[in-house]
Amino acid sequence: MTTSKATTSANTFGGIGGNLPRPDGTLKVRGEFAYSSDLWLEDMLWGATLRSPHVRARILGIDLTEAIAMPGVHAVLTHDDVPGEKHYGLDRRDQPVLAVDQVRYQGEAVAIVAADHPETARRAAKAIKVSYEPLPPVVDPAWALDPASPPIHPGGNVVRRQPVRTGVFLDGPGAPPADVVVVGEYEVGMQDQAFLGPESGLAVPAEDGGVDLYIATQWLHVDRDQLAPCLGLPPELVRLTLAGVGGAFGAREDLSMQVHACMLALRTGRPVKIVYDRQESFFGHVHRHPARMRYEHGADADGRLVYVKAEILLDGGAYCSSSLAVVGNAASLGAGPYEVPNIHIDAYGVYTNNPPCGAMRGFGAVQACFGYESQMDRLAAACGLSPVEIRIRNAVSEGSRIATGQLVDTPAPLAEMLAELAAMPMPDLPAERPGPDLRDLPGGVSQTTRGEGVRHGVGYAVGLKNICYSEGFDDYSTARVRVELLGGKPHVLVHTAAAEVGQGLVTVLAQIARTELGVANVTVAPADTRVGSAGSSSASRQSYMTGGAVRAACAAVRDRLAAHGPAESLTEILALTGPIEETREYRHRPTFPMDPFTGQGDSHTQLALCVHRAVVAVDVELGLVKTVELAAVQDVGRILNPIALEGQIHGASAQGLGLALMEEIQMEGGRVLNPSFTDYLIPTILDMPPMRLSILEHPDPHAPYGLRGAGEPATLSSTPAIVAAVRNATGLELPRVPIRPEHIALT
Amino acid sequence: MSIRVNFTVNGSAESVDGVWEGESLLYVLRERMGLPGSKNACEQGECGSCTVYLDGIPVCACLVAAGQVEGRSVRTVEGLADGDRLDPVQEAFLECGAVQCGFCTPGLIVACHDLLARNPAPGDAEIREALAGNLCRCTGYEKILDAVRLAAARRAPRP
Repeated sequence: MTTSKATTSANTFGGIGGNLPRPDGTLKVRGEFAYSSDLWLEDMLWGATLRSPHVRARILGIDLTEAIAMPGVHAVLTHDDVPGEKHYGLDRRDQPVLAVDQVRYQGEAVAIVAADHPETARRAAKAIKVSYEPLPPVVDPAWALDPASPPIHPGGNVVRRQPVRTGVFLDGPGAPPADVVVVGEYEVGMQDQAFLGPESGLAVPAEDGGVDLYIATQWLHVDRDQLAPCLGLPPELVRLTLAGVGGAFGAREDLSMQVHACMLALRTGRPVKIVYDRQESFFGHVHRHPARMRYEHGADADGRLVYVKAEILLDGGAYCSSSLAVVGNAASLGAGPYEVPNIHIDAYGVYTNNPPCGAMRGFGAVQACFGYESQMDRLAAACGLSPVEIRIRNAVSEGSRIATGQLVDTPAPLAEMLAELAAMPMPDLPAERPGPDLRDLPGGVSQTTRGEGVRHGVGYAVGLKNICYSEGFDDYSTARVRVELLGGKPHVLVHTAAAEVGQGLVTVLAQIARTELGVANVTVAPADTRVGSAGSSSASRQSYMTGGAVRAACAAVRDRLAAHGPAESLTEILALTGPIEETREYRHRPTFPMDPFTGQGDSHTQLALCVHRAVVAVDVELGLVKTVELAAVQDVGRILNPIALEGQIHGASAQGLGLALMEEIQMEGGRVLNPSFTDYLIPTILDMPPMRLSILEHPDPHAPYGLRGAGEPATLSSTPAIVAAVRNATGLELPRVPIRPEHIALT
Repeated sequence: MSIRVNFTVNGSAESVDGVWEGESLLYVLRERMGLPGSKNACEQGECGSCTVYLDGIPVCACLVAAGQVEGRSVRTVEGLADGDRLDPVQEAFLECGAVQCGFCTPGLIVACHDLLARNPAPGDAEIREALAGNLCRCTGYEKILDAVRLAAARRAPRP
């Protein structure tokens, strides 16, 4: 159920504000949409990867003899065969294409094979004999902070330390006096994006010595920027086209099989397809940084915050990936959307020999949100206030400053959102219904209770997320818009490199073109590198950035049309001029680095808020939790497509529920214990409750149409809201997510 | 060593040569028959994205050895629409916004098609129970529930 105060009027030609269907939807429901794992060419080979069984080891030798001799095997390659740069990476080029002289995490790629059948390729990979000398790993991130820990890379194990200091903390660490002080230590486990479409792609060698790669990714151009140097090719010979993407959520920001498939294709002269299976997928992409956090909140007797102190330790694993930016987010957003006069935060990202961690929906803000929201509930209890009241008393609003000193210069109606959330009707409580439906109780169809031992709880949480890239990054997108007559009627072709990963960007870009040009017939061309970069489908930024670029290109087309005078119709003008095409780059307001000592600076271009209320039923005897309902209020500035937007909030909330109650890559000494959907649990339709949404439109005057990025914020607040509800039901502290049954029933 | 498998797919009698004995029905459909609609999300029977009918019973195609379908009948997501006319379940998924990345969609559509054939007017608890074997990572399932309710309200799917 959704209520929306939409101001956008309905339209009849498919512009913004309408519930336009996805242009790729029919193909998807028919099973005819071509995902990256569906691609097929007559003479293609299959690639497979040999990965390290060790967490940390020196490589003493690699014997390929047996693998090469297997019938059906066409190539077996190691680091020696990487044509160009041996390393790649998003923030630092520290990750080897194939391990050189050592492996730094379990699952690191060591060698690759091309064969005529995927099973042959897998068997050949197994037949490669690698001689390792295991080394003692660093798997405790707290030890990695210690300068005495063995360095995993030259330069030591601290990837980034970002302090934030405001108020009295500019003079020293001593906290100001406060009537109420609450302290808590919190931990967030390693979450996986668990997209359903595995890493995959098809590399096709070209006659000009280059390669064409059809790939599921989030950012074609940043893939190419890493690929071309590794292949030793100029960028123009490395051409990427987006294949169908089966979800992303951050896990496709880093390279996986891209270089490997291209190397094998260039070596064999044949197209090479690589498709990871689910187990390999768990080793083939980065995860969400696990976090350990210590928070101290001081407030006056009325519950108004006096200070926040926090230490946030993020385990980046073996390679840098996007750890630098994740640490920046945890630091800058680490006090949450509250007015706090004195802030002392230290956020750290470290190298360990755990699996590499990088981008996942919420990106550093999720971890901090669990910490500061847990604290706000402690503070509410200590001050005798309700969870809603303590948040309203401290809520930011337009004109506030966040931890970085950055002015909140657009609407931030947090208090209004909380009031609306609190006023929403409460659901029936399943164990209190007469003759309860056992399927609605914790344990569900397993029928582990008939209502005895079930307690209910309610929890609230808010979240603050930055939208677009931050800290001075040159963040832009490019769009080419072409208007011409096709069959005598005006037609618009929108061409960008922006990755449609499921979020519905292709729908929204066509809606924008219709609104700007008044032409109903709009096609969005496949995304590829024949047009300039669109930036990443990350940071909730594509409607804003590529939407902004399409709008700008449409405006440029409109300017050229206007030169022909208003009397002529578009059809008449186009009959005279032929096709009109314009390309534009769009940039958001510039951002600036955080000061290395105080963290101060206008590091974000846009901030977004979401609030959640969770109602849960907990079987306190078995430790099982059933989420009864999730309610959310989110401000999106301007709704472009209601149904797609609701889907984003629902999906983000679901991933937050997963982190609260079930999702964790479990580690033992750096080894992953559960790399499968049998053992890594994501929410099913039985785990998800009905969701109640209210979507607000307070426009941001700096953003196209006033929109606010919407893909991530709900991922932040749903986790702490659910945990707060479980605490409310059980009276337990529950300092760690995901909550396991033994945290409830055996404490 | 390879085998030949003869079976019916979406009403058409097919014979597939060169099948390695270890291949799954899913692999044969996707890589040997040009029917990639059934999806390869986990290939271990946990996600439901490869759900197909085998002699009218929904199964995970990844868990069926290719040789097991000899002489039997398979219906995949590609076999649900009647030419250009989508099945009501497919239409409802489109209209309700139940499709995002779409990787779970083919399996869910087959599972919903089966549910509505067995139970033309399922309640929410029945829908949830019937679809509990199909993972979706994008939607949080709300729009999928909307789609099943809409498809059920319009009419039961064609047999």
